[in-house]
Amino acid sequence: MKVAIASGKGGTGKTTVAVNLALALEEVQLFDCDVEEPNCNLFLGFELEPLEAVTCLVPEIDPERCALCGNCASFCKFNALAALPNKILSFPSLCHGCGGCSFVCPAGAIDEKPRSIGLIEKNSSDSSLTFFRGVLNVGEAMATPVIRALQRHIDESRHAIIDSPPGTACPVLAVLGCADYCVLVTESTPFGFHDFLLALEAARIFQVPVGVVLNRDGLGDSRVEEFCRAEGIPILLRIPNDRMIARFYSEGVPFVKEMSGWKEKFKVMFEMIRAQACKNMGVS
Amino acid sequence: MRQLAIISGKGGCGKTTLTAAFSSLSGNAVLADCDVDAPDLPLILKPRVLDTEDCLGLELASVDSELCTGCGICREVCRFGAVLENFTINPYSCEGCAVCTVACPEKAVCLTPRVSGQAVSSITRFGPMAHANLGTGEEASGKLVTLVRKKASELADQYSCKLVLIDGPPGTGCPVMAAITGTDLVLVLSEPTVSGLHDLKRAIKLTAHFRIPAVACINRYDINEKKSLEIEAFCREAGIPLLARLPYTDITTEAMMNEETVIEYAAHSRKAEAVEFVNIIRKLWADIKMRLSGPCDEEMCSKTLPIRES
Repeated sequence: MKVAIASGKGGTGKTTVAVNLALALEEVQLFDCDVEEPNCNLFLGFELEPLEAVTCLVPEIDPERCALCGNCASFCKFNALAALPNKILSFPSLCHGCGGCSFVCPAGAIDEKPRSIGLIEKNSSDSSLTFFRGVLNVGEAMATPVIRALQRHIDESRHAIIDSPPGTACPVLAVLGCADYCVLVTESTPFGFHDFLLALEAARIFQVPVGVVLNRDGLGDSRVEEFCRAEGIPILLRIPNDRMIARFYSEGVPFVKEMSGWKEKFKVMFEMIRAQACKNMGVS
Repeated sequence: MRQLAIISGKGGCGKTTLTAAFSSLSGNAVLADCDVDAPDLPLILKPRVLDTEDCLGLELASVDSELCTGCGICREVCRFGAVLENFTINPYSCEGCAVCTVACPEKAVCLTPRVSGQAVSSITRFGPMAHANLGTGEEASGKLVTLVRKKASELADQYSCKLVLIDGPPGTGCPVMAAITGTDLVLVLSEPTVSGLHDLKRAIKLTAHFRIPAVACINRYDINEKKSLEIEAFCREAGIPLLARLPYTDITTEAMMNEETVIEYAAHSRKAEAVEFVNIIRKLWADIKMRLSGPCDEEMCSKTLPIRES
């Protein structure tokens, strides 16, 4: 079973929930798919080893063969090629790697060469928790290929927890599209509720069953709860608005390690998730 | 016209709360909510919409089932897995690269434009505002940010405003770059946490890359004073002026629940905590205003930003 931890925006506690849940369950895989800001390991402190470089195929033009017809540049939708009177210029950072330029080149002058855009890493130490993360190189714009490469490492025979990127754009959809269950982390404030609705809309595109973790519970009002009751969305867990928890977070310490009873709460939450995901998949 | 962008390496640092507070204090500024993924500033400022403009994103392929013979060539050439088994297009995977359109022997595939969102011009109780609606799952948010900023500039001309206040998106990716290019000053908000410091460093790397003067501010500094000191040390070493340290307080949430800025909230609150908190923000704003109008800053900006709107 693949459980995605998502929220409409950053700062709501996705990483906190993903890391603490994974540590409570132990025998799981944890994937940090927030490749722009992969923060899980700040709380786990694993030694990481590189597993795979994520690449994008970019064009390389052979000037000997190029007839300067300019077909490649006029075809490219991403402005990654520009035709000058005596030369074709390429801008690899804009290239999406669609291969269209080499497809339309009548002279066969374009070769595609892999260019590194990110890295997949895995924890090397002996641990019951298997941790993978993707890191997008600074200055790169395309997170989705890194997320997809990371997802290929999911061992389908074991449970996987996936820390999703923030927002509601392409990168999140790449995660939700493969998930069996989606945990939405939110807080019951006007901002929290608004962003939660955006994330819910994204989850509903893929008809993934959804449950809610109320973070900083006690702050704000009951608008999220009322909405969830009306829509039949279960509240899986409440994390109180507690300075102690905030403090552990600030130190990079997962609070299940330090505060008694929380491992149990996360385990109970996971059982609820499993029951609902099974029901949704028609497995009893 | 001057432009100030408020950013942070990550979400949830208090960017919107601070931008809203500044909007109460500024008097003559245009607001631009550039967090197009999760625009929260309108929840506080309740804008009245003046007009909207569509933002065209990547195009989308579509297959004409009358012409399609099911040869499968489009599925073979698509690198994004966007052509499904029944030869329809998955709109969330399609990047609009057009390879399928040239590969199809029957000319059965064409590209259609798609709207990724709207940029909106509005008026609020503190003045004009530009913001956005982004469709779920749409990319091109950097493009939409640029359109929001264009709207904000137009509003500034129209209403003779001297300043544009930009509520930035989280992260360090493409939308943030679109939000800060060409601004006069960036305020980076940070939190005293392990991830806060990590993300602050990435944000500063970005402002340095674009050679935009940056100042910093720590929010909820008293959650972890040791980490706050680390942030201060980093700012000192990097030559980033640290303008304020805001304490942890529930005032910000209470103000949000009332759909008010903290400045408005403090005006009728009896809590000493609220008055104290707002005093720090007033001081911070005065400092920023001085930096935005100061002659030495002008010199610095013109040196580092050769292409700048005047």
